[in-house]
Amino acid sequence: MGFKEHCFKKSLWLFHFAGASCNNCDIEILDCLTPRYDVERFGMLLVGSIRHADVLLVNGSINQRDKSRLLELYEQAPKPILVVAIGACGCTGGIFAEGNTFAGPVDKIIPVDAYIPGCPPKPEAILAGVVKLLNK
Amino acid sequence: MVKKTLIPIGPYHPLQEEPELFKLYCEGEIVKDIKWETGYNHRGIEQLSEKKTYDQSFFLVERICGICSTSHPFAFANAVEEICNIEITNRAKYIRTIIAELERVHSHLLWVGLAGHFLGYNTVFMWAWKYREPVLDLFEMISGNRNSYAMFKVGGVRRDIENNKIPQILDVLSLVKKKTDMLVGAVMDDPVIHARTKGVGILTKQDIIDFAAVGPTARASGVAIDVRKDDPYAAYPLVNWKVITAQAGDVFAKAEVRLLEMYESISIIEQCLEGLKKEKEGEINVKVKDIPEGWGTGHAEAPRGEVFHYVLSDGSNSPARHKIRAPSYTNIATFKKSCIGQTISDATISLAAVDPCYCCTERMAVAYDSKTGNKIMNGNELIALSAQKTQNIKNQI
Ligand code: SF4
Repeated sequence: MGFKEHCFKKSLWLFHFAGASCNNCDIEILDCLTPRYDVERFGMLLVGSIRHADVLLVNGSINQRDKSRLLELYEQAPKPILVVAIGACGCTGGIFAEGNTFAGPVDKIIPVDAYIPGCPPKPEAILAGVVKLLNK
Repeated sequence: MVKKTLIPIGPYHPLQEEPELFKLYCEGEIVKDIKWETGYNHRGIEQLSEKKTYDQSFFLVERICGICSTSHPFAFANAVEEICNIEITNRAKYIRTIIAELERVHSHLLWVGLAGHFLGYNTVFMWAWKYREPVLDLFEMISGNRNSYAMFKVGGVRRDIENNKIPQILDVLSLVKKKTDMLVGAVMDDPVIHARTKGVGILTKQDIIDFAAVGPTARASGVAIDVRKDDPYAAYPLVNWKVITAQAGDVFAKAEVRLLEMYESISIIEQCLEGLKKEKEGEINVKVKDIPEGWGTGHAEAPRGEVFHYVLSDGSNSPARHKIRAPSYTNIATFKKSCIGQTISDATISLAAVDPCYCCTERMAVAYDSKTGNKIMNGNELIALSAQKTQNIKNQI
């Protein structure tokens, strides 16, 4: 078992970064915590500080103001960290990609491990994405 | 001299899903001043809209805010239809109203949940979000997506609600009503919630007028403004309902207004479904040949207050100018009144009480001095200021 597998063997803690989003993806991520989907039964927990996190969830297009913050967060994160880009905005910039404040999709700024497309992706899709990433 | 402490909340704080930065200036436990910074969420919607055709713009405006993803297209449709001077069919009116009211139900449930979460009362959070799911299922059944429904277009709606779906919608509504009863009981009779929210974050009637607050924030302070009554659009004049107000202006009153509004919304939907049965299936569109030169305005009552759109058309297929004013934009200014003088622990719920939505709020404004009428800061000055700052940072690096 490699170091990376060893780190991600038990409960994963998630940190959520909302870029310039429309809020829908944020809500769907929160929705994963609520009774119908309940990710906490898999040991996943939304944490308040990036320093506690194993997974960084990024949603929304990234604007010029967010860019430096996202980089900074990534640098502060304990490695190895998995980065998941959520939603059309996170993957490509989506409908906001032509905007005048757009600063590139997430993978131009930090390395991304998984993409979950959809606008917004359903909570099931978010769960499926994370599970796929773990089995990789 | 008492020392002032600065407590920053955000921009990426676990309490908030959206990025924004609050700075609380405190003396001891008491908040003395508050400042906030936004812009983390700015996407340049108005400029994007001018690059898109009218049909494409609908998909864009519903992505201004994911929770109000009907109100913006609603107001935009009203504005464009004013330019073309067309009247949509009754069936389309009913469908639009149903979608808008379903959205209000799910948005208010979401708020109640979040408010519970802010108070440290996670049971309410879990309940409210659990019972929000059936409403989202309804949306999925009607439109194919849980959020961002893409139901609106110029001249009508994109999809019909077939009459055979009506019983299922009614079933869900009666379930939601029952659960709302439970939530109302849980919230209104709970001594802990009373203690945490009564007398907290009070906004008087005068404050509301001074800050031009709208929506449930205003109605909780006894100002009965509601676009659905004041300037009725779509099917609102065809159904019976009343504007809910409360007098106290505190957080409790805001919760009360939102919870009771859900009953009104459910009753509006039920009446609209009755109306649907009388209209012929499939008559959901009016053909629009072209969009003439001119301008139009449209508004809609979002779950958070009035959404206003102004569209200037030059006769081409995309708007020449599109101006949007969203409710949170004015509502968040009330923090200056509601949070100051509170303890830090009460400031959170006072901030959450207006149901702020920062993705609506991210736009630029010009500030005028009300006494002299002078511009305090105009667009170019702001841009120059921003350029200057970038320069400074570059120099530092
Ligand atoms: S992907 Fe869609 S739902 Fe998600 S933030 Fe972007 S526009 Fe909103």
